[in-house]
Amino acid sequence: MRHELALRGNHALLTRANPLAKFAAVMLITIVLALSIDWVSASVALAFELTLLPLAGLTLGLLWQRGWPLILAAALGGWSTTILAPDSGNILVDARIWSISEGSLELGLGFMIRGLAIALPAVLLMSCTDPTDLADALAQKAKLPHRFVLGTLAAMRLVGLMAEEWQTIGMARRARGVGSHGNPLQRLRATLGQSFGLLVQAVRRASRLAVTMEARGFGSAKRTWARTSVFSGLDAWVFLGGLLIAGAAVASALVAGTWNMVFLAQQ
Amino acid sequence: MPAFNTSAGGVRPATISARGWGWRHAGRPRPAVSGLDLDIGPGERVLLLGPSGAGKSTLLHALAGVLGDSSAAGGSAAAPADGDDADETGTLLIDGAPPRARRGHAGLMQQDPETQVVLSRLGDDVAFGAENLSVPPADIWPRVAEALDDVGLGRLPLDHPTSALSGGQKQRLALAGILAMRPGLILLDEPTANLDPAGVLEVRDAVGRCLDKTGATLVVVEHRVSVWKDLVDRIVVLQPGSATDSAVLIDGPPDQVLAQARDMLTAAGVWVPGYVPATRARGTRSAGPETAVSPAGQLLLAAEDLAVSRERPRRAGLRGGFRPVPPEPVQSGITAQVRAGEALTITGPNGSGKSTFALTLAGLLAPVSGRVSATLPLSAGAGIDPYRWKAQQLIARIGTVFQEPEHQFVTGRVLDELMFGPRHLGRGEERVDELLERLRLTELVDANPYTLSGGEKRRLSVATVLAAHPRVLVLDEPTFGQDANTWAELASFLSELLDGGTAVVSVTHDAEFSEVLGGTRLSLHAPERRETARETARETGESGRGQPERLVPGKVEAP
Repeated sequence: MRHELALRGNHALLTRANPLAKFAAVMLITIVLALSIDWVSASVALAFELTLLPLAGLTLGLLWQRGWPLILAAALGGWSTTILAPDSGNILVDARIWSISEGSLELGLGFMIRGLAIALPAVLLMSCTDPTDLADALAQKAKLPHRFVLGTLAAMRLVGLMAEEWQTIGMARRARGVGSHGNPLQRLRATLGQSFGLLVQAVRRASRLAVTMEARGFGSAKRTWARTSVFSGLDAWVFLGGLLIAGAAVASALVAGTWNMVFLAQQ
Repeated sequence: MPAFNTSAGGVRPATISARGWGWRHAGRPRPAVSGLDLDIGPGERVLLLGPSGAGKSTLLHALAGVLGDSSAAGGSAAAPADGDDADETGTLLIDGAPPRARRGHAGLMQQDPETQVVLSRLGDDVAFGAENLSVPPADIWPRVAEALDDVGLGRLPLDHPTSALSGGQKQRLALAGILAMRPGLILLDEPTANLDPAGVLEVRDAVGRCLDKTGATLVVVEHRVSVWKDLVDRIVVLQPGSATDSAVLIDGPPDQVLAQARDMLTAAGVWVPGYVPATRARGTRSAGPETAVSPAGQLLLAAEDLAVSRERPRRAGLRGGFRPVPPEPVQSGITAQVRAGEALTITGPNGSGKSTFALTLAGLLAPVSGRVSATLPLSAGAGIDPYRWKAQQLIARIGTVFQEPEHQFVTGRVLDELMFGPRHLGRGEERVDELLERLRLTELVDANPYTLSGGEKRRLSVATVLAAHPRVLVLDEPTFGQDANTWAELASFLSELLDGGTAVVSVTHDAEFSEVLGGTRLSLHAPERRETARETARETGESGRGQPERLVPGKVEAP
């Protein structure tokens, strides 16, 4: 819900772009970054992405709020690469079991920057895109089956409800004497029981929602769209932007001589 | 597909015709409805009544065209009882065609407001049905605006988040979504059972206005007759399916049916206007299920300057040094006392934090600020703060009955459900038989709790919590959606518990219920900053806007 409300007040430029164009741009960048494991291409992409934050109505503070799990995961990945990668160059820290060398530090940093550069476009996309508009674009422009797209969209709304329900069921079970105390096995059993309770409620809610949708005529082969998903000049720019970032990342890595395709055997 | 109701203003009131119609759900041995003969003319407004199991909801679902496929539509009634497929007999027609072919010609509203909303923005949700019926896009938005105006939500922006609506508003939104389809038949399946009194009237009045405007046919199922009596012009009473009798027991104008069948309806638990079921009076000390555990009036639990919220403290970010940040309370400044043998009733509008307060008092939520303290007679060595008690310590001291009984089911059998508490505590198993008997669950000991009827689930949920013998019983909306019989049983049972020395705290809108229990009333007011509260106030033209006033504990006269 917080996310929804935040989006309502967001009038940044990228909120007006077609979700499909944004999606395509994000995919371009992600694919390029997934191809190589060097730090130059990742840094260039990340630098570009950070300059795009205001266009998506994001600030660094908001970015941290929305994307902290991804940022932490990237940092953790970088750290473990740093201490576990084979050493090369000068040893900087030596703690017997693990060590940090210039080479492993470079690799670790590269890993972290890459993680961030891949995660950031996704956070950007979700911050300036309403799920309903994304569904409209996927069904109308990408011609995905509307029953699948709208069904998924409606189900996603239930996920938020399920989070509330999880808390309620947790309390309701504590009121029955099922605590989350005890040894790990007891805790596991308590969590399983709570999950079962949630599952039952989720199925009930889902089937009632399905009846609601069906009673409103959902499920026939044809339908019209009150919101027409359209492409505009802005979308060409968004796509070009994605192409530019991806291209710049590859070009700079090639120039710097760090381009390193993951599929090819490393030297 | 026949083209229907696509003209801009055109609502053609529907005609319903059932001839020997019956329906057996897949995997059930007996039909939910059988031998139904019923004619409803265009524009008629019908209230469907009958005991639970009479097939009211099944009929509405069939009319909405959302019942599953049957193995033999219009086939013979002699289907094998162990057959897996659903089974339809006779004919059920809307304007001369089966409801499935007429989908979208009938609009259905169900009980649970959360599942009546499909999309996350107000306007999109209303447009959903019209889109599915292939209404030209240019016609949809005028329909949406008109429908929202008709249900009184016209002042909200089209991109208003549907999650920020109250229960009554969600049901009115569902009505708008139905109206935008321009249906000739409106079907309401207990549309107000989950709503507070203000929400009930909101929805009822919106339905009335829309019917006056469109002239659509109405079929409503609801067991609170007084809400709908003046809006309908016919009452049909159904009875549970049997091979020989007709499914329709009585049929006629409201006043005539209510006069003719008053006794039968009250016996079936229908809330007939002006009827309050007889309950046990407070203060008649009898050999109840409870032997006095605490002297009456002894202080057990106290809340001081309490602020409550369902949200947990967040961690401040890097800059805040990861300190816990307390959530915004939904209600604050609450002071209350819970005493042995006395009832405390918590009332207030939606969003005023009634349930949140009750759950905090019951040791299930941590206070945002202020405190909840148990006195020595209650805590008995477990410490002063109920939130810190272990689950097993908690259930032997404070029992909480949740609004939705299914949330509290932890086993697959009624008897296990009841034995669960005593087994974990290692005492009190002998009390279970008494509770089974007292709450009429003896016949059901081997049943799966999830398969019980609404009233049975409610009785079971009360019994399971009481099996642990708590001195304080907290109930969240125990009478919501209950029929008059369950209501009376529950009220009498709680009155007995009170006289036996148990403290009863209940969150309820039900004035008659709190009157039976007596004791103290605590009224919470809607806090100002909540968006939902503000929107409601603006929309209904209230000036007060729910200032967070000081709480007014007033004495309710004990009967």
